[in-house]
Amino acid sequence: MDLSIFSYQFMQNAILAAFLGGIACATIGVFVVLMHMPFIGVCMAHAAFAGALLGLWLDFNPLIGAFAFSLLSAAIVGPLADRGQLSPETSVGVIFSLMLGLAFLFMGLMPGTKSGALELLWGSILTNTRSDIIFLGIVTIVVVGVVFIFYKEIQATIFHRDMALAVGIPATIILYGILFLTGATITVTLRSIGGLLIFSLILNPAAAAYQLTYSLKRMFLLAAGFGVLSGWMGLLFSYLFNIPSGATIVVTSSVIFMIAAVFSPKRKVKGWQQKLLVGEGQ
Amino acid sequence: MSNTVINIKNAVVSYREDVALRGVSLKVKSGEFVGIVGPNGAGKTTLLTIVNGLGHLLHGQVTVLGHRLTRGNGHFLRKRVGYVAQVQNIDPRMPLSVREVVMIGRYGLLGLLRRPGKRDWKVVDEALELVGMNHLARRPIGHLSGGEQQRVALARCLAQEPELFLLDEPTASLDWRARIDILELVRLVHDSRHLTTMFVTHDLGSLPLACDRVVLMKEGLIWGEGSPSEVLTNEKLSQLYDIPISAVKERRRGTILA
Repeated sequence: MDLSIFSYQFMQNAILAAFLGGIACATIGVFVVLMHMPFIGVCMAHAAFAGALLGLWLDFNPLIGAFAFSLLSAAIVGPLADRGQLSPETSVGVIFSLMLGLAFLFMGLMPGTKSGALELLWGSILTNTRSDIIFLGIVTIVVVGVVFIFYKEIQATIFHRDMALAVGIPATIILYGILFLTGATITVTLRSIGGLLIFSLILNPAAAAYQLTYSLKRMFLLAAGFGVLSGWMGLLFSYLFNIPSGATIVVTSSVIFMIAAVFSPKRKVKGWQQKLLVGEGQ
Repeated sequence: MSNTVINIKNAVVSYREDVALRGVSLKVKSGEFVGIVGPNGAGKTTLLTIVNGLGHLLHGQVTVLGHRLTRGNGHFLRKRVGYVAQVQNIDPRMPLSVREVVMIGRYGLLGLLRRPGKRDWKVVDEALELVGMNHLARRPIGHLSGGEQQRVALARCLAQEPELFLLDEPTASLDWRARIDILELVRLVHDSRHLTTMFVTHDLGSLPLACDRVVLMKEGLIWGEGSPSEVLTNEKLSQLYDIPISAVKERRRGTILA
């Protein structure tokens, strides 16, 4: 197997992007999985895609548009769900469909070829520049740093937000901080993985880690490991079989999740308990 | 009154079109054990939330532990107020152990950027011992029964080392045995830690035997208060719950209040 490709600058950037993006996305994924908010994440990912397309259409930095739109969607969905004015599913559904509609509207209004737009849709990890990597690195350090510094507040908020509030933890600020970091992470990984696929890289590694441990610290570490593994293995398969990298990374992360779900000790405990119950019944 | 730790004056709380409290005034003295009883929708839970600063007043004022509650100081005061709610629906795969959940009670006290130290873990282990949960300290929190989870919630409150103890239907959905255990434990915690306690319930069978005072609530108002023997009469309960006296007598037969 000729691996000389990995000595090229663009491939090294891709490896770094997969490493940093894998860690950032998977860390955010732990919040998404444990706080039962996957649909808010999906909504933010599609909003980022719409914002980036607006940037492409009106000729300003797509990342600024992506960041603004993903935060805007969180700012709308979060309080609506929080105050109970609408059920979270309804408010997310409305904003999600609006963002998808806007994305395709901006794409339709865009003059000329749509290659830039399609790149944002499918992702292209091989076109990352050094400045993309630096930006991604900064966001990854911030995400991991926030988890490290505010671990106990995050742990309490993840467990039960009302209980965290009741013991004097500013859980609402923590929640909105998490949504802000989700927006930032989606924005900086949008070009690598793509607007349609990014959410899988957030959800799958964390969901896989969730199958394997009862320790929150271990879950963060396992999720980050699976995120990086998905990125690197996806890149390798993409190169070996000459297939799109973003999609391969996402499929790899899904396979990791399925393996984790099959071999989950939590599942075995359940099976063992069921056997015991059947035994008792006889 | 110098030893009044909770002073609620003419509190009005509204959730959109519904008025939950319609001008409630109540004083609670240090060390008192107050039972709050009333039918569903009477405003009992709202009364607790304005004491721990999670509920927002439309009108009136609340003074807790010598501080008038405002939107800004609620979370500082909550560090001194223990709160136990009904049994929560906890994800059985939640990656947190019983011991870690009890430690959450200390997080508010510790403040931002400080990690739990040896003393904090010692307080947690003592709290678990008091509620009889030491042997399950390492178990995932989602693997406990409802009664065990409420014991853990009490331990979390104890770990917080609160001055006020607020309980909102802590025995709802528990079986008879677990309910008795929790009620005994609540009284033990109140006495051993010299706390001031407010205990909310809609179920008379879940009211601790040794309440110093009982407050009856109906439709967002305080409808009566006094010692348990003065207030928990068949006539008053019949009016409070809108059921005939004969039905009250029937239902109370065989319960701890009979």
